[in-house]
Amino acid sequence: MVSRAERYGWILALAVLVAFAVPWFLWGDGRTALGLPLWLWWHVGWMGLAAVVFRLFAIRAWDDGVEGVA
Amino acid sequence: MAVVELALVGAYLVLALAVGLVAFRLTDDTAEDYYLASRSLGTVVLLFTTFATLLSAFTFFGGPTLTYARGPEWMLVMGLMDGVLFAVLWYVVGYRQWLLGRDEGYVTLGEMLGDRFGSTGLRVLVAGVSLFWLLPYVMLQQRGAGQAVVGLTDGAVPYWVGAGGITLFMIAYVVASGMRGVAWTDTLQGVFMLAFIWGAVVWVLAAVGGPTAATEALADSNPEFLVLGGGLYTPQYVVGTAVYIAFGVTMFPQINQRFFAADSAATLKRTFSLWPVLVVLLFLPAFMLGTWAAGLGVVVPEGGNVIPAVLREFTPAWFAALVVAGALAAMMSSSDSMLLSGSSYFTRDVYAPLAGEADREALLGRAVVVGFAVAAFALSLTATQSIVRIGNTAFGGFAQLTLPVIAALYWPRTTRTGMLAAVVGAQLFYLGTLVAGVILGPFENMGSVGATYYLGWHPGIPGMLLSLLLVVGVSVATSPSPGEDVGAYFGGQRAD
Repeated sequence: MVSRAERYGWILALAVLVAFAVPWFLWGDGRTALGLPLWLWWHVGWMGLAAVVFRLFAIRAWDDGVEGVA
Repeated sequence: MAVVELALVGAYLVLALAVGLVAFRLTDDTAEDYYLASRSLGTVVLLFTTFATLLSAFTFFGGPTLTYARGPEWMLVMGLMDGVLFAVLWYVVGYRQWLLGRDEGYVTLGEMLGDRFGSTGLRVLVAGVSLFWLLPYVMLQQRGAGQAVVGLTDGAVPYWVGAGGITLFMIAYVVASGMRGVAWTDTLQGVFMLAFIWGAVVWVLAAVGGPTAATEALADSNPEFLVLGGGLYTPQYVVGTAVYIAFGVTMFPQINQRFFAADSAATLKRTFSLWPVLVVLLFLPAFMLGTWAAGLGVVVPEGGNVIPAVLREFTPAWFAALVVAGALAAMMSSSDSMLLSGSSYFTRDVYAPLAGEADREALLGRAVVVGFAVAAFALSLTATQSIVRIGNTAFGGFAQLTLPVIAALYWPRTTRTGMLAAVVGAQLFYLGTLVAGVILGPFENMGSVGATYYLGWHPGIPGMLLSLLLVVGVSVATSPSPGEDVGAYFGGQRAD
């Protein structure tokens, strides 16, 4: 079990991962780099970040909120 | 030429069958072994079998063809959907179900809900709703396979032989070795698809001078494709599609049942963090190849698909034939799992409660696999527009179950009446919209219904909100019925 503060931190981290999987701030942007649109590079990098955050979550906080609910 | 191509596809099918039959040698004659491989799947096999199951013909045919016509933003939809949202649901729904399945021995979703709410009616209802959406979806896969074989051989092999042949192959290994055979062949098929799609991209890019040259060609022909958003891609479309499909996927029987099949929590943990990586690895090349084809002047015949067209132009015929094998792999790895799960839903949640436990359930399960496959094949021969439309909207139909199930898993106050109201209410809304708006009505698809009535959101989204309102509202307004067993899910205070 992690501390209450850390639990909120994880919920926030997962929410941010969901929210910016699409780079909304690049909406309407058409710049490209190395053969792909910039917004697509953001997405590729973001998926890599998501994998790392998920892994950390699995190591640190797995079971939190699921096992022994109620 | 068709001989070489058919031989390649045939060799691949035989290999898949051989893997399935090796798995048969490890099979016990129990239902738990047949449907769940005795809850023994490890990380690699669970990851690939779920992944291969998720990927249908869409990966190779529908998806790239969509990005060819509309731009590559579908990669964002896919990443948000399967890379992030599905991963979170993997934990929230999947891990919780795995824990309950381990403790209580559940094999299907209906069983899990029926036990907690003491309700055979709910169990049969959930299985019935699932089978209703599943059968047309299986039919679509067989239809795709048959059409792929027709395309490959320029019509030398007729549709019914192609679709029928694939159906027979699947029946052979699904009947013989159940979940273990399916999981092993899926792993083979998943690896094969990854290798193939990267090979295709590298080959085509080498022929046209690299990704930068390909993107410059696209900037000349379709500059709007490089700009994020626009056209089909509104924020509502991107978010709504990702949400209703991700939530729908978790209730698709073949995916949901995999939550029970992991060998340990460690397997679920490792699989969880690999989702985003695998999604990018597979879909980025597939969707970019489709997008680049637009700039390379590849012409797709009416009703055809871009990947075969682009490969025909830039690669030798034998390589293009491997595409079809890859696409068939994608279809088979989805359908085989659907047949198996459909069989378990029918046998355990419809047949057993109504007609009594079967003496040899694993045997009955195999007979149902054959029946289900043949029924879907027969439907695919006569496929009417309405059945195709039901199949195409299946994800939204399944998504209507997800929020009530999450409520049941996490909120002890959920009541049987609340569950029944939410499942029936949301299905009536979604199916009613489909029938009134699309099948009988003037709209071409559910997306256009949403554009007209729901501020651009797919009707699956308001349906999900309705299901949440109903499960919470009705549960608050009613008290638990006799026979409900909160202890089955919460705190180990089981009544029996």
